[in-house]
Amino acid sequence: MGKIPEDAEVTPGLVARHGLTPDEYRLIQDILGREPTITELGIFSVMWSEHCSYKSSRPELKKFPTEGPSVLVRAGEENAGVIDIGDGWAVAFKIESHNHPSAVEPFQGAATGVGGILRDIFTMGARPVLLADSLRFGDIRGRSRKAAENRRLLNGVVCGIAHYGNCIGVPTVAGEIAFDDSYSGNPLVNVFCLGVLRHDQIRLGKATGEGNPVFYVGAKTGRDGLAGAAFASRDLTEESKEDRPAVQVGDPFREKLLLEACLELFEHAESIVGVQDMGAAGLTCSTCETASRGHSGVEIDLDLVPQREAGMTAYELMLSESQERMLIIARRGHEATVRRIFAKWDLDAVEIGRVTTDGLMRVRHLGRVVAEIPARRLAEEAPVYHREAREPKAEIEDYDPQKFPAPKDLGASLVKMLEVPTVASKRWVYEQYDHMVRVGTVVLPGSDAAVVRVPTDPPGALPPVGERSFKYLAVSTDCNGVHCALDPHEGGKLAVAEAARNLACSGARPIGVTDNLNFGNPQRPDIFWQLRRAVEGVAEGCRVFGVPVTGGNVSLYNESPAGAVDPTPVVGMVGIIDDPAHITTQYFKGAGDAVLLVGCIGGGLGGSLFAKEILGRRLGPCPMVDLAVERATHEALLEMIRRGWVRSAHDCSEGGLGVALAECCMSGPREPLGAEIDLALAGASPGRLDEVLFNEAPGRVVVSVPEGHSGAALALMAERGVAAHRIGRTGGDVLRIIASDASILWQVARLREAWGGALGRLLRG
Amino acid sequence: MKWAVLQFPGSNCDQDLIHVLRSVMGKDAAYLWHKERSLGDAEVVLVPGGFSYGDYLRCGAIARFSPVMRAVGEFASRGGFVLGICNGFQILCEAGLLPGCLIRNRELRFACREVVLRVENAGLPFTGRMRAGQVLRMPVAHGEGNYFADAETLARIERGGQVVFRYSEGSNPNGSLGDIAGVCNGRGNVLGLMPHPERAAEAILGSADGRLIFESLSDAVRACRAARLSGD
Repeated sequence: MGKIPEDAEVTPGLVARHGLTPDEYRLIQDILGREPTITELGIFSVMWSEHCSYKSSRPELKKFPTEGPSVLVRAGEENAGVIDIGDGWAVAFKIESHNHPSAVEPFQGAATGVGGILRDIFTMGARPVLLADSLRFGDIRGRSRKAAENRRLLNGVVCGIAHYGNCIGVPTVAGEIAFDDSYSGNPLVNVFCLGVLRHDQIRLGKATGEGNPVFYVGAKTGRDGLAGAAFASRDLTEESKEDRPAVQVGDPFREKLLLEACLELFEHAESIVGVQDMGAAGLTCSTCETASRGHSGVEIDLDLVPQREAGMTAYELMLSESQERMLIIARRGHEATVRRIFAKWDLDAVEIGRVTTDGLMRVRHLGRVVAEIPARRLAEEAPVYHREAREPKAEIEDYDPQKFPAPKDLGASLVKMLEVPTVASKRWVYEQYDHMVRVGTVVLPGSDAAVVRVPTDPPGALPPVGERSFKYLAVSTDCNGVHCALDPHEGGKLAVAEAARNLACSGARPIGVTDNLNFGNPQRPDIFWQLRRAVEGVAEGCRVFGVPVTGGNVSLYNESPAGAVDPTPVVGMVGIIDDPAHITTQYFKGAGDAVLLVGCIGGGLGGSLFAKEILGRRLGPCPMVDLAVERATHEALLEMIRRGWVRSAHDCSEGGLGVALAECCMSGPREPLGAEIDLALAGASPGRLDEVLFNEAPGRVVVSVPEGHSGAALALMAERGVAAHRIGRTGGDVLRIIASDASILWQVARLREAWGGALGRLLRG
Repeated sequence: MKWAVLQFPGSNCDQDLIHVLRSVMGKDAAYLWHKERSLGDAEVVLVPGGFSYGDYLRCGAIARFSPVMRAVGEFASRGGFVLGICNGFQILCEAGLLPGCLIRNRELRFACREVVLRVENAGLPFTGRMRAGQVLRMPVAHGEGNYFADAETLARIERGGQVVFRYSEGSNPNGSLGDIAGVCNGRGNVLGLMPHPERAAEAILGSADGRLIFESLSDAVRACRAARLSGD
């Protein structure tokens, strides 16, 4: 959007350029009782954008379970939900997307995605302790221009995440990356952050108390990120590159100062009334939302706002998405405390306004009132759309064993599968992230879930001399876009099941979920149907596992000229490990352990990565999940872990049992370890070994236990009604898989070379 | 406070050092803000990792002008123990307390991973609990840890036993000359290293080898105190 003069006349064309419909404009006139000023038009356009108002998705989001005895702050009420973890401690966590900015400027797009989610967490009063990223790109293999562009995007996004996270000193410990051409030109960059706080440290984003001062703190305001929220609410087109000014520029150093200054200030609870970060829609969103939540008004004077550039208009100041800024509502009489702490950290802290009782968001600039809007109606009464949903005709062919004979050399197929970027080791990526800072990362990236310990010290500036107490948290983010494309409802359930399974494999029980819904244009009935069905699937999964959804993000209009992305409802799940002795990793630990397959052998190749990569096409149907069986499996596994029987546990996901077994052998930090596996022991029928090795049936875990516990473990599973078989034993330097008539053998060192170096070879070359 | 952990704007391993010193080692350790001009009664100064001043301009280049650094320089010249880790190493090089400098990693990428170190000089206050040739596991996490010095300086520090730690073969994460991971000053009371001993001080984090540095320092501090008391 080009520069708009301050005195521009509001015309139907200008209204349309702001992405507002004629009906929405009439509603604005109705709310104001007059024509809006140009600044007000801008304010409404960002607050009522899809990104800020959730106007298409809101009715669907109501389907998520959001209640529970451990929920301290509910989804949607504040910047992030808060969940009790016991002993007076809590976690605040959330996932958020930065897809559109990353598509046009991958480095800054991803970097400011990290910066934004961090602010959402420390705004709540929590100290951020970990980050995770769920990323999707188009295929990065080959010499095509498209592949080269996808590599450029991946490289830029990874560098951007590293730039911000490393500098601010919050470890990036988990996440996943998948590649599929549906994401070419529209990558997904979903960033998750978790923070820890005592119950009495929870800060809310509300403005109350007439006359209380409103402080602007942090970085100065510039013209970057103008109306980014509105930009994020459109399809990406060939012209989107011209929207690059709508991408913000991040300064992680400044955010580190802001983080420390805010947390230091928050220790003075008596001085603070409310806090809100300036993220999407910047000053606009933070002022009207704090006023709305506080059932009050807020009045600010833009002349007082610290500015980086000369001659900024009220419109620009209100719509700027400059980073590293916060709004703090202090208590009258405590201004000096705010100023002193921010001065210590060399940051601006300027009183730009005050809390009023008239319910209005009033903005002054150059001595004039340039906006005066009922805050609650602006923040809470955006129009809601009940979009049409229609199931599209199935276009994807189903797997038919007759039509797709097994490849001759399955040994080579496994090696090829391990080199597929979605499966290959992500070491090349996570070694660029500082994943160890804060000395809490107990399970490093590369296992099913990352495990982080967080100290739970008594209040005070310094930790105790002598032993500290900790809590142990596990985090996983998951979603299989292919499954969701085949069946969004089943895919949503599967995403929850996989996240929970990853936690169980790490020894954790789930306590909460945050979700990031990534879809195409919701005005298309087929896309809206995907959204609805996926939400219903995720909601059903969360209900069965008894975990509340504590918030998240909706990213729509993820479309490039080639079409919409696969529906991708990313599930970020947080779990707690009751005893550090229960922390479990995915790789085999020593020779001579029994290998168990928990769950069934499965069959068919619908929805599998094998179909796409080896058979050469996407095939249906989506694997079906029985959530009750899934839950029983996780609980039985956790019981085995609690009894101290389990040496390793690894879930089967993309690439099925074959890939999972290979990963058990080679994903440890030291020398790889082989195994002798006989799948006939688990009832694999002779014949289609490709189906046995590579089907993606859910609910399956490869577990290793000391030989002496194998019988008891199987008995426990039988007692719980969970299928489980002893399928072999660890040891040696080869992985041998036998299934009745067939026998395949791999050197584990060779498997590790293929899997471990694949990504580096593609990206360094 | 006997163990002072400096805090610059942008330091981010300061809390980790405090954790290890207080909770793991049981030491009287506290933060010292960069605007302070005195070290008080500190017996050891630790310069933590992080991105002081955002690493803008050049790593450590701005931090060395912080008021506290003058006091650190005087403390070092009196023989006080100064340990710089990662960004702390970079700051000490910029401040002229250590020879050489740290430039961008050879692959131009940040590298966070475990490395294997070999102890080259076991006769220092920082290495008293080690033996020459001993192998230690510790993580690195940096984008600019590629040790560089001109040929003359390199020859001098090699001759003078100032190369304290080397990456063992195949473990050099950044292209450092001579696989150098840590160096000390001529007097042996100031040490800088890129690997993070504070991230390798507890078995649950994968290695406790880093404790040897803090334990050695603790011995050295005790020996100094004893020497002072006996009037040596």
